Amino acid sequence: MSALLEVDDLRISARNDDDELTPIVKGVSFTVARGEVVALIGESGSGKTTIALSSLGYTKPGLEFTGGEVRLEGEDVITMGSDQLRSLRGQRVAYLAQSAAATFNPALTIGEQVTETCVLHGILTQEQAEQRAETLYRALELPDPDRLGKRYPHQVSGGQLQRLMAATALCGKPDLLVLDEPTTALDVTTQIEVLKAFKSVIKQEGSAAIYVTHDLSVVAQIADHIVVLYAGETQEYGTAEQVVSNPGHDYTRRLMHAVRPPPAAGQGDETSGEHRREAPALEVKDLLAGYGRTQGGVPSITVLRDVNVAIERGHSVGIIGESGCGKSTLARVMAGLLPAAQGQVLLDGEELKPALQQRKRDELQKIQFVFQMADTALNPRQRIDHILGRPLEFYLGLKGEEKRRRIGELLQMVELPQEFAGRYPEELSGGQKQRINLARALAASPEVLLCDEVISALDSIVGANVIELLKRLRKQTGVSFVFISHDLSTVASFADEIVVLYAGRVVERGTTDAVLSPPYHPYTRLLISSVPELRVGWLEETMETQEAQAGIDRVVTLTDKGCPFFDRCPLAIEGTCDEETPPVRALTGSHAIECHRSEAEFAQ
Amino acid sequence: MSESQQETGPSTQFEELPDAPPKRKVKLSWPGKIGVAVVIFWAIIVAIGPTIAPYHEADILDEELFIVPGSDEMYPDTDFQPPSKIVYLGSDYLGRDLLSRILFGARTTIGISFIATFLAYMIGVTLGIASAVGSKALDMSLSRVNDALLSIPSIMFALVMIAALGSTIPLLILLTGIIYATSVFRIARSLGQEVMVSDFVEAARVRGEGLWWVITREILPNIAMPLATDFGLRFVWVILFVSSLSFLGLGVQPPMSDWGSMVKENLSGLVYGSFAPLMPALAIATLTISVNMIVDDISAHSGGKLAKRMIS
Repeated sequence: MSALLEVDDLRISARNDDDELTPIVKGVSFTVARGEVVALIGESGSGKTTIALSSLGYTKPGLEFTGGEVRLEGEDVITMGSDQLRSLRGQRVAYLAQSAAATFNPALTIGEQVTETCVLHGILTQEQAEQRAETLYRALELPDPDRLGKRYPHQVSGGQLQRLMAATALCGKPDLLVLDEPTTALDVTTQIEVLKAFKSVIKQEGSAAIYVTHDLSVVAQIADHIVVLYAGETQEYGTAEQVVSNPGHDYTRRLMHAVRPPPAAGQGDETSGEHRREAPALEVKDLLAGYGRTQGGVPSITVLRDVNVAIERGHSVGIIGESGCGKSTLARVMAGLLPAAQGQVLLDGEELKPALQQRKRDELQKIQFVFQMADTALNPRQRIDHILGRPLEFYLGLKGEEKRRRIGELLQMVELPQEFAGRYPEELSGGQKQRINLARALAASPEVLLCDEVISALDSIVGANVIELLKRLRKQTGVSFVFISHDLSTVASFADEIVVLYAGRVVERGTTDAVLSPPYHPYTRLLISSVPELRVGWLEETMETQEAQAGIDRVVTLTDKGCPFFDRCPLAIEGTCDEETPPVRALTGSHAIECHRSEAEFAQ
Repeated sequence: MSESQQETGPSTQFEELPDAPPKRKVKLSWPGKIGVAVVIFWAIIVAIGPTIAPYHEADILDEELFIVPGSDEMYPDTDFQPPSKIVYLGSDYLGRDLLSRILFGARTTIGISFIATFLAYMIGVTLGIASAVGSKALDMSLSRVNDALLSIPSIMFALVMIAALGSTIPLLILLTGIIYATSVFRIARSLGQEVMVSDFVEAARVRGEGLWWVITREILPNIAMPLATDFGLRFVWVILFVSSLSFLGLGVQPPMSDWGSMVKENLSGLVYGSFAPLMPALAIATLTISVNMIVDDISAHSGGKLAKRMIS
């Protein structure tokens, strides 16, 4: 098969204010054949997106091509004029950006946006385009294909939007698709459905694709060839099979280590098994919380219902669930940012006031919140020593030399050099900022640390380093952790206990071992089976299982009665599960599952 | 086990890639540098103008000064004289030295405008931030009052007030301050609201920080840059506003000199081909254009987001 796209010794440099060139891409070569998927993989800053965009003849502002060729069917796109480029982009090469939610215009219907490009290029008439779009909706297994085009972007889910982006790109029958991290922002369950849809539609349409990601296990499912990049240089280039099963380069191996192993029992960081019979460090009881106007103790939008969680001293509790299940809301209730409508929050066995403003300073000190996005959680106008020094001064009353020494210790704790104290947040990388974010929470000498998706925004290698750091800090400080994540394998590697949330209800809880080994709640089982494994062919196998099929395409809503998981559950009992609130089944130890099915039935 | 050792072991080759941008330095372009130079020049004039002026602003020059040696003309015209060694920029319609009046006028024009802009900022930023951090009811009432004030044409408003209370410099400053506080309020409010919902403000609130700390340490430093840029632009508007009031005869009263009123009173000179009305106009132009060049330069450095907001 002849090559569709040939990238030959591509060099791209950044020009700074002083007109100096800094190479970003240093001589990368690869080819994409028709109908083939080539993955570009590497961490942030490796130049993968820059290379992918070069196939459109485009560079981000401030960058320029300094050498090499990018040939699409023998024509060099770098030297093309703007007229040629205009007909190239969207017509022969289509680009799919990372965030579908940010790409779609909320004021236009989906149909208008999907058909816009190919009508604009005059490839199809409006009618033909609409027909084509409908075929694509079917191919991508989107619900209600006949009427989907009339709906607006906010009326469909995130995973559906991501697939609609693919429809937009494919509508003009491009020769080449460029996919930039299309599943990175999605939940595992959603990621599966999107991956599957992409894979089948690429095969069906026979178009080639460049797939940009940092996640090796995703690449293993979809790519034919893999290019491993580091700092703008090719580290390894080969077939997916070969790279995944027999990595030839150090860096590839490092990337593979960073892929968190699929969750399995027995890898939790077990602290001493003895159960001290004193009050838990932090506990929530019969919590009901939500947003909007509260009437008669019930908010207009209820997010959490009947939630009971206890965090023992020195333990770490993982809270897991899909986006929208109320994980972050739970953390906000604990911190007092969102006062609970009903129920209690207890610190060391003593009830806390629901709202932040009513809590005492030493109560605030004991619960510290680590925000998800370190980029926005650090004030860009404050130096690091001010950021870290403020809690020391505020809670502990440290001043002068004592404060300065403690700042040094904190920086050491999060493995950052001392001179960072004099820097501003924007001078740090994403991983370093997250470390500062952690250090600030630790500065208060808290008893409980609430970590809300702290590594979700980081790429795999950086994220793995932060997890290692968290493990060490836990041993060092004895702080209790509430670790919130949608990534089961991250939670499994860190937490002693796991609480599985679904649509605002706790569906299963217990020690990490107990939750990750049978019997499972049907939802836990779905989550576990959705974590991609690092081997070729995993996606196809998983899609055969009933859990995966059950998990696709349902909208999560908190129901007033019955089990919220009812319409996705493969074990659902009609007439019971949708009517009655499921009972809590206590199993061995502290393990409990909220389901109508009995233990014996789970085992099947 | 060996694997995990390898993972955590020191590996200098594959550290986290630094993706932090280099520290932002405001480097002025050529127009910016010229702007700074001109503004500094006028600032010096404000300070020392009256002392270096050859005559007093109200001095009507003696006819004797203009007697050309060897001529029989004993009573020459003193008004609208062209530039000469006696009057470097010529004389105005009453025969006063134009240069001296510009040097004196710099203090009035720039002084009044600067104090008025400062006042507008004090009022606007205080209320704007209060509106951003305060309750919904406070925000609502402040915003509606502001909208009401904004809906009155500013020249009309000033005209009515001056007609009622008489033209004095304190009143002029107060009026201009209030009129321009309305737009400052809107900018401060929207900037404040944006910062108020950011994660780092939330982090401060979780820590238990008081409102004062949040405002002074978290919000103000983050909106200072756009506000400072806006200050420059607003200052220019105020100069033009005060000048146009003076042009209408409502601003600074004679015999005090003011650039705006100087343009107006010398307008008739154009008929005789005199430079007199052009000189103060030129002074206004150099100052406003220079400030604008600096503002453009700074906002180019702080990104397009700011530049867009400045337009409103």
